[in-house]
Amino acid sequence: MRHVLAVLVENQPGVLTRVAGLFSRRGYNIESLAVGQTHEPSISRMTIVVDGDDRVIEQVVKQLDKLIDVIDVQDITDVEYVDRELILIKVNAKPSVRGEIMQIVDIFRARIVDIGQRTLIIECTGDEGKIRAIEKSLKPFGILELVRTGKIAMVRGPKYEEDQKEDAV
Amino acid sequence: MKLTGAEIIVKALEAEGVDVVFGYPGGAVLPLYDKLYDSPIRHILVRHEQGAAHAADGYARATGKPGVCIATSGPGATNLVTGIANAYMDSIPIVALTGQVPLPAIGRDSFQEADITGITLPIVKHSYLVRDVRQLAATIHAAFHIATTGRPGPVLIDLPKDITIAQAEFEYPPQLSFRSYSSAREYSPTQIYQAAKAIGESRKPVLYVGGGVISSGAAGELREFVEKTQIPVTTTLLGKGAFPETHPLSLGMLGMHGTKYANYAISYSDLIIAAGARFDDRVTSRLDTFAPHAQVIHIDIDPAEIGKNVRVHYPLTGDIKQVLKDLIPRVEVPQIKEWLQQVEQWKADFPLSYTKEEGVLKPQDVVEQIWEITKGEAVITTEVGQNQMWAAQYYKAIHPRTFISSGGLGTMGFGLPAAIGAQVGRPDAVVFDIAGDGSVQMTSQELATAVQFQLPINIAILNNRYLGMVRQWQELFHGKRYSQTDLVETPDFVKLAEAYGAVGIRVTRDEEMRPALERAIASPKPVVIDFVVAREENVFPMVPPGEPITKMLGG
Ligand SMILES: Cc1ncc(C[n+]2csc(CCOP(=O)(O)OP(=O)(O)O)c2C)c(N)n1
Ligand SMILES: [Mg+2]
Repeated sequence: MRHVLAVLVENQPGVLTRVAGLFSRRGYNIESLAVGQTHEPSISRMTIVVDGDDRVIEQVVKQLDKLIDVIDVQDITDVEYVDRELILIKVNAKPSVRGEIMQIVDIFRARIVDIGQRTLIIECTGDEGKIRAIEKSLKPFGILELVRTGKIAMVRGPKYEEDQKEDAV
Repeated sequence: MKLTGAEIIVKALEAEGVDVVFGYPGGAVLPLYDKLYDSPIRHILVRHEQGAAHAADGYARATGKPGVCIATSGPGATNLVTGIANAYMDSIPIVALTGQVPLPAIGRDSFQEADITGITLPIVKHSYLVRDVRQLAATIHAAFHIATTGRPGPVLIDLPKDITIAQAEFEYPPQLSFRSYSSAREYSPTQIYQAAKAIGESRKPVLYVGGGVISSGAAGELREFVEKTQIPVTTTLLGKGAFPETHPLSLGMLGMHGTKYANYAISYSDLIIAAGARFDDRVTSRLDTFAPHAQVIHIDIDPAEIGKNVRVHYPLTGDIKQVLKDLIPRVEVPQIKEWLQQVEQWKADFPLSYTKEEGVLKPQDVVEQIWEITKGEAVITTEVGQNQMWAAQYYKAIHPRTFISSGGLGTMGFGLPAAIGAQVGRPDAVVFDIAGDGSVQMTSQELATAVQFQLPINIAILNNRYLGMVRQWQELFHGKRYSQTDLVETPDFVKLAEAYGAVGIRVTRDEEMRPALERAIASPKPVVIDFVVAREENVFPMVPPGEPITKMLGG
């Protein structure tokens, strides 16, 4: 089963390598990994989507937790969270199909961010289902390039770790 | 007052209580070596950096203090890699200092540049590349803290040359702030209560003890626990010495080459109390058939070990010493009279054994003689292979930190430099490296180190002129096709010893054994004893790969 991990790490050179290295060394499957600085500049936050059974995931979490530069690991799979991904898609778009494409863009509340002679670049954010759906809808026109950020996720409601800590006391 | 980076390193090492380092100089560490020249810290000059890492490792295992090794950038640093991996696999606290090209030269394939923090990433507990001399003292302090706390392990500090020349204020110890590092997640009183209850209710319990008991300094508590509960104890290779193997409740080592009675006991037990052991595949063999009737209490400081290989019913995550202290007063003494009788019966029916033959030296006999002559009070290191397993089977370790062997990595060439480290740390101890002829050739250059520093180590080579353990597998599982295991040309080890200025003794007959050992122990010089042993002797019992540990060959 796929799990979503929210990981706080020291914003230091080499941290990403350590995390990625851990996954490859122990044979875990990363499906996506997104990382960026938080509101506290010395801390970065990673959202990691990883596939595995409960035992594997338990190991992933514990092994991540052991890395000195990892501050906190939360498996948020089973709590309510908001997740988003950003995708850029360059599609074939000769003038005759542009109208059709623009309709699709509208439906998904996506945006056209570049117009070429025979191509369009479309930007879309959304959860996984939406991203998959827009990709599927644009496929028939011919996708020339596609890039996506990987999922980022945040638990709904109060700050998750604080919530957890109160529970533990 | 401002100090140079090199001065800061030396002062920080002194402040950390380091009185000896093992190393080898080179261009990138010149400034550091210049400052070491004036320092009271003793520097043991090895002959290959692998030797420095293993010696630091052996020193740490023998003393309980962190070992320190130093190498220059590039090839010096890469030569440490095997030693760092070895320390990592066996959770040994060492701090490795490596020179690095100056910061502006990094990334340009400069002369003797190697990305050693990258190379060692999967085999260190943590590592640093120092980019600012003002961070240097704090980094060194953090490195020692990380190496020695929680589950110990190697920490590497990469030191660009310009950092060792630049200056900064020096204050020690610096403030340590870890947002992210806490050494152990704690167990709860309820968990202690439940484990204590499970022990009281068990009828066939076994203690399965690993190296964690030794690194936690918990041998005393373990002894107390056993005296109270009368539960029999089996140890792993790294656990040897955590509980005296001369004790009636000791079952010796378990696993692939363990005693039959240890393997039977754990296989038929209803409760395994694992302490500082990690259910390694050399212990469990097939996991699906391992100890099928047992519940498991797992005491370990590393939360990630709990449930990694087997299902754990009663986890106790924490420092073993403390866990046992909490457990001892609460544990109920189990009713295990019948079980102990059964275990005694196994011990009587299936003792470790080998056959003596007229006119042939048996390697097991050599190990037994070493044990008898030292009364089990020596510090033993081993190489890897049959020699290691015979040492584990026949040298009954009595005290913690007296049986030092490369378990997780299985590194041939570990024993000799580890013996050097152990002798440096324990100058009054009799130190024996129980060696194989193949392994010892991997690091035999360190004889020069032992001679130079007048370390009276004894190297007992069980010379079968084979890569014996591999040959044994070929004999048993590959139709006796001895592919590349006959060493054919083995050096004259007596002459080799003499060439280095050590003492060389050859033993070919039984009656020469004892005098040779006596002479070696009495000698103030390093001694190599070349025991010319039965070539095709096998290590038994043996669990064939992929079989349950009750299915043992031989013995
Ligand atoms: C560095 C390294 N290379 C290869 C091996 C694989 N290996 C394990 S035991 C062994 C044979 C060891 O021979 P020797 O030191 O003579 O010991 P013996 O088994 O004969 O006692 C080998 C090659 C290893 N463990 N370590
Ligand atoms: Mg051999």
